[in-house]
Amino acid sequence: MEISMNVNGDDVTREVEPRTLLVHFIRDHLGLTGTHWGCDTSNCGTCVVWVDNEPVKSCTTLAAMTGGHEVRTVEGMEVDGVLDPVQEGFIQFHGLQCGFCTPGMMLTARALLDRNPNPTDAEIREAISGQICRCTGYATIVRSIQWAAAKEQETPVEVSAS
Amino acid sequence: MQVPAPFEYERATSVDHAIALMERLGGEARLVAGGHSLLPMMKLRLATPEYLIDINDLSTELGYIRIENGEVRIGAMTRHRELLESDDLAAVLPIFRDAEKVIADPVVRNRGTLGGSLCQADPSEDLSAVCDAVGALCVIRTKSGERVVSMHDFHRGPYETAVADGEMLTEVRIPIRPGSGSAYHKVERRAGDWAVASAGAAVTMDGATIADGRVGLCAVGPNLTNVEPISAALRGQTPSEELYATVGQIAADNASPATDTRGTAAYKTHLAKELTIRSLRKAVARATGQD
Repeated sequence: MEISMNVNGDDVTREVEPRTLLVHFIRDHLGLTGTHWGCDTSNCGTCVVWVDNEPVKSCTTLAAMTGGHEVRTVEGMEVDGVLDPVQEGFIQFHGLQCGFCTPGMMLTARALLDRNPNPTDAEIREAISGQICRCTGYATIVRSIQWAAAKEQETPVEVSAS
Repeated sequence: MQVPAPFEYERATSVDHAIALMERLGGEARLVAGGHSLLPMMKLRLATPEYLIDINDLSTELGYIRIENGEVRIGAMTRHRELLESDDLAAVLPIFRDAEKVIADPVVRNRGTLGGSLCQADPSEDLSAVCDAVGALCVIRTKSGERVVSMHDFHRGPYETAVADGEMLTEVRIPIRPGSGSAYHKVERRAGDWAVASAGAAVTMDGATIADGRVGLCAVGPNLTNVEPISAALRGQTPSEELYATVGQIAADNASPATDTRGTAAYKTHLAKELTIRSLRKAVARATGQD
């Protein structure tokens, strides 16, 4: 079947099998390998992308179900060479070691800050509770997100939604 | 790589269209809403539908929480996140927010739906026990009209509901009773996991006595979305710690959990008792304005 959707601002159309999962569509059909494919059971959250501005687990979503919708992947976080403050935060506070969970973590963090610009530590931990990091122990991820929140509070950063 | 077996994909644009598609495609067609129960089963080849009918375009038609005329009406496509975040729902039926806080994780809650959860009828799924405890009615749309069944009759057992081929759950209706309270308690190994055990309770008070009380359990055996002997034991009684202990023991006696990676049968039986006590205590406190 033919499906069309908007990915990071670009309209794409591809021929796929109906059973193609969104994570494989993004990685294998579009070549956007920033989205990682992890546990395959909607537990680990490294495959998180946005569908219509909400984080979803792309290993448990059919590409066909996303037809006609807007998808944003980690590649869509940087705009015109400027990193999203969440990305900067992960650099500043070492929010990653191996980097495998990072794309999902950052997209979930971005969605959190869009809804709640000044989250508490507990709210950040709740927001990323569907994602697993086996390196950092989460403390540096929480600090990275806090850094991004603080930066945006001082100097508003224009962040594209799609 | 886990990928579903091949199937054909259709997208429904209305409830009537979904019913017509099921009629045309027959018994090998399945509806998919959020997909967070069905797709994992398809990836494991535990479910192999020939046709998948995507009803996500119905999220406007069937995504709502309406509180009017003494009842709550919730559309089947209402997502977990909407159930969690609705202050109006939490005000009249706090059991929903209690449960939704601990259903899966925030990202999964963005997709999963009330109707999908109830139709999956997993014995470890929380909302069947919640809906049975509060005496919900389920509206099932058929080709010729609709029928309404109680949640207790809707949930027939593990992975089995009153929804027949060619039919679909469209709405859940819950009566709002004055002097009522409800609560849900769950123990899980880690954030977002299935329950080791959980219990939901709802009570309606008549002055100082319990006019009606219901407790539903999950993950400790089949067909426990309402433990009927508990309702009999609560009726007409004055709330007390002794009463809660008695009722907790009834919950434990009716539980038949299996030992697995989430815990031993003995531990889960203990949880059935303790979580029943806690949720009843909380439901009564809420009903009597002491929470």
